Amino acid sequence: MATLEIRDLHVTVDTEDGPKEILKGVDLTIKDGQTHAIMGPNGSGKSTLAYSIAGHPKYTVTRGSVTLDGEDVLAMKVDERARAGLFLAMQYPVEVPGVSVANFLRTAKTAIDGEAPKLRTWVKDVNGAMAQMKMDPTFAQRSVNEGFSGGEKKRHEIVQLELLNPKVAVLDETDSGLDIDALKIVAEGVNRYREQGDRGVLLITHYTRILRYITPDFVHVFVDGRIAEEGGPELAEQLEAEGYDKYVKAGTTAAG
Amino acid sequence: MTVTDSPAVARAVETSDRVASHLHPLGSFDLDDHPVPTGREEIWRFTPLRRLKGLHQDDATAPFGADNLSVHVDAPEGVTVRTVAADDAARGSSGHLPTDRVSARAWAAAPGATVVTVPAEAMVEAPVVVTHTGTSMDGASAGHAVVVAEAHSKATVVLRFEGSAVVADNIEIVVGDGAHLTVVSVQDWADDAVHHSTQHAKVGRDATLRHVAVSFGGDLVRLNASVAYDGPGGEAQMLGLYFADAGQHLEHRLFVDHNAPKTRSNVDYKGALQGEGAHAVWIGDVLIRKVAEGIETYESNRNLVLTDGCQADSVPNLEIETGEIEGAGHASTTGRFDDLQLFYLQSRGIEEDEARRLVVHGFFADIIRKIGVPAIEEGLLATVEAELEKNVGKPVSA
Repeated sequence: MATLEIRDLHVTVDTEDGPKEILKGVDLTIKDGQTHAIMGPNGSGKSTLAYSIAGHPKYTVTRGSVTLDGEDVLAMKVDERARAGLFLAMQYPVEVPGVSVANFLRTAKTAIDGEAPKLRTWVKDVNGAMAQMKMDPTFAQRSVNEGFSGGEKKRHEIVQLELLNPKVAVLDETDSGLDIDALKIVAEGVNRYREQGDRGVLLITHYTRILRYITPDFVHVFVDGRIAEEGGPELAEQLEAEGYDKYVKAGTTAAG
Repeated sequence: MTVTDSPAVARAVETSDRVASHLHPLGSFDLDDHPVPTGREEIWRFTPLRRLKGLHQDDATAPFGADNLSVHVDAPEGVTVRTVAADDAARGSSGHLPTDRVSARAWAAAPGATVVTVPAEAMVEAPVVVTHTGTSMDGASAGHAVVVAEAHSKATVVLRFEGSAVVADNIEIVVGDGAHLTVVSVQDWADDAVHHSTQHAKVGRDATLRHVAVSFGGDLVRLNASVAYDGPGGEAQMLGLYFADAGQHLEHRLFVDHNAPKTRSNVDYKGALQGEGAHAVWIGDVLIRKVAEGIETYESNRNLVLTDGCQADSVPNLEIETGEIEGAGHASTTGRFDDLQLFYLQSRGIEEDEARRLVVHGFFADIIRKIGVPAIEEGLLATVEAELEKNVGKPVSA
């Protein structure tokens, strides 16, 4: 049983002109087994929501709460959030020169589980996860994300999702920049994770394309720092046909 | 990390036939040719002279001769170790001419020299380890060592410096034709030591030298490492790794003199700095003489600044006198600890201290891997670990 609950979340980011509010009151509940898609135009604050849940130091929460199974996520450090069961697949995974993928994965797994994984099964698990994501086993010896193509970085994120197996996964534009083959591979990985039945997914995307492969239970339209409309998968179809224009105009009017 | 790569040959200096730039004054054994520095000279401007314990002055102010340094040599079979008098022919066999006053003073004052010789065609697996242990900060001592790898031999020599002492030394390295020699100089001094080391190598025809400078300890370490070639086809890899803590001054000055055709050099130094007043200086200089056609060189220095209050000075220079070269370039970067890397690792459950360790290990990993001596590599990883523990967990402000 895992529930991620976001209530009245307000978030600012520091700019040269002082703090600027990006999230303006977000309410969202993700229960286990549910996949929520968040769609919205550029600059609407989708990624800020993802980073704020993960605890990126650049963002300041000024109001509201985020809880995971009742535990106060905002009081936790970044690594504590991960150990509590949150995972963020990043839009731009970070390169860490000199740290091998194998070392990174083992260190992360050990941190999440509180004990080192059994060597024999672990190697098998890593190789299996990489094979399913169509990543050559030699990637294990390469530096984390260094020299990876955009698609390889995203697949590496999903390898981590499968190995670390969090309670709730936030996928921040994991689909952007992927060709159709890579998109299918990534979607299959996310679906394997979902098939466990008790995992939550918050899928942030700019495009409807990925929703053909990962069917969401709920779709939220994100405009100007808050959720402007909610619905089922059919809302994605509507966005596909009509775009964000009517929401953006409404948002501008409201803000103005 | 903020990376500011300079394009290759960005700072190339065209010089005249007379190769005597401010970066490498003409050498001389005569002390009168090296006046007491004021600190304004190009070769001294980064060094805090008042912390040199008088090494740069004269015998009246700061005489040599203290019995404060013991030298112990562990040599595998097949390697000869001799202690010779100051007038022995081994001294000067590298072609070294002091280019600064401290080196010239140490040359004049050294009572003798330790000479390590790897005979021709000998393949020596185990490293020769020369351990220098400082026992007192009273007075100063002048050291001299000569490492000779005769033709077609292969060996590794480790120079270790530990304890507390004030030392000025000249280390000569002679790599015979076709020989492969690795020299690792580990400055693992106690916090108060002062060490001025001049290490000069002559690389023979088709020979390979791998020189590694590792500086962790000491109040002040200034190490001049230089290479010249004794024929075509020689290769020099000059590697370095340093970790400057609060108040420490660690200075490495490199000079590669491409005085023969078809020679190669690669200078690669990496350093981390942490704590108030930590100061690292890296000066790289590669001279490509007219005769040195078809050479290839690259020099690089990268600094990782872990906390506020540190200073890293990094100056690569390239002096080119012939256009007929295979390649020449350099890079210098100084970057702060990357908060994004930290965030990424932490977002996978890895605690901040551990994440920091991973990033710093990663930073040094490629240099350590290049050393090629497993026992040294493991020891270095452990030392990096110990250095990090001094400071781990202290936040870096943006």
